[in-house]
Amino acid sequence: MIGCAEAVRLLWEYLDRTVEQGDRALMEEHLTRCRTCCGELEFAKELRSFLARSAERTLPPDVLRRLNESIEELGT
Amino acid sequence: MSIAGGEKATETPADAAEAFRALARAQLPRLVLMARRLVGSDAEDAVQECLLKAFQRHAQLKDPDAGPAWLASILVNCCHDVGRRRARRPVEVDLEGLERFSLFRKIAYEDPFPYSDSLHLDFLEAFGPEDVREVVARLPELYRVPLVLVHMEGYLAKEVARMLDVPLGTVLSRLHRGRKLFEKQMWEYADEAGLLRGAP
Repeated sequence: MIGCAEAVRLLWEYLDRTVEQGDRALMEEHLTRCRTCCGELEFAKELRSFLARSAERTLPPDVLRRLNESIEELGT
Repeated sequence: MSIAGGEKATETPADAAEAFRALARAQLPRLVLMARRLVGSDAEDAVQECLLKAFQRHAQLKDPDAGPAWLASILVNCCHDVGRRRARRPVEVDLEGLERFSLFRKIAYEDPFPYSDSLHLDFLEAFGPEDVREVVARLPELYRVPLVLVHMEGYLAKEVARMLDVPLGTVLSRLHRGRKLFEKQMWEYADEAGLLRGAP
């Protein structure tokens, strides 16, 4: 049996499925009896997708132009 | 470069250079975005350096399908070098109590938006892209790189291990600490930047 502190420590690895088998079972047992940690888990999922969609996708045109010019000069 | 299986006899240096340029052109947007996430305003220098280094070594690339990952790997190292040369003083981060820090609980206890019925989501929505970039930039490079590569670039931890030439366990451990630090820095940044004052 683990407490909330240990569950919080294992949370992301549990989500990523990189947690060891024994810890996974302990985590799942904890989640059956702790609503707060279930909330933690849902929030970690949100945070993970928040990070992925927060990745900047704006390309500065002047930087691209200068770098494209550098590419054309390579090997010429 | 463009022929797999070592059949390079008919490829002239000019062909090889053009094949490299074609790869670089196609990958440039991805490289620029990745460098901006890793080193912010130093991105252009890092990509410039990456292109030069990659061109010098392009004969080493035997499998064209590996080209994008090969370029990304060189870029990660160039970002490291550029960051080190700029020698900016890293923001001091407090590792004390990091393992037990929970952003979820912190938001619940502090209740920054008392009239909200979706407190945690409202907290995340208070962050714009610039705010996220600032929080990521505050992380020490050791933790920022795996966090960005896995959670923003979509690489697997084992691919990051290959890129950084470190064991998988090292990447997982840095990733763990990086995510915790990110959560902690999100709260501190939100407090400093006044994001907690605007109740929805």
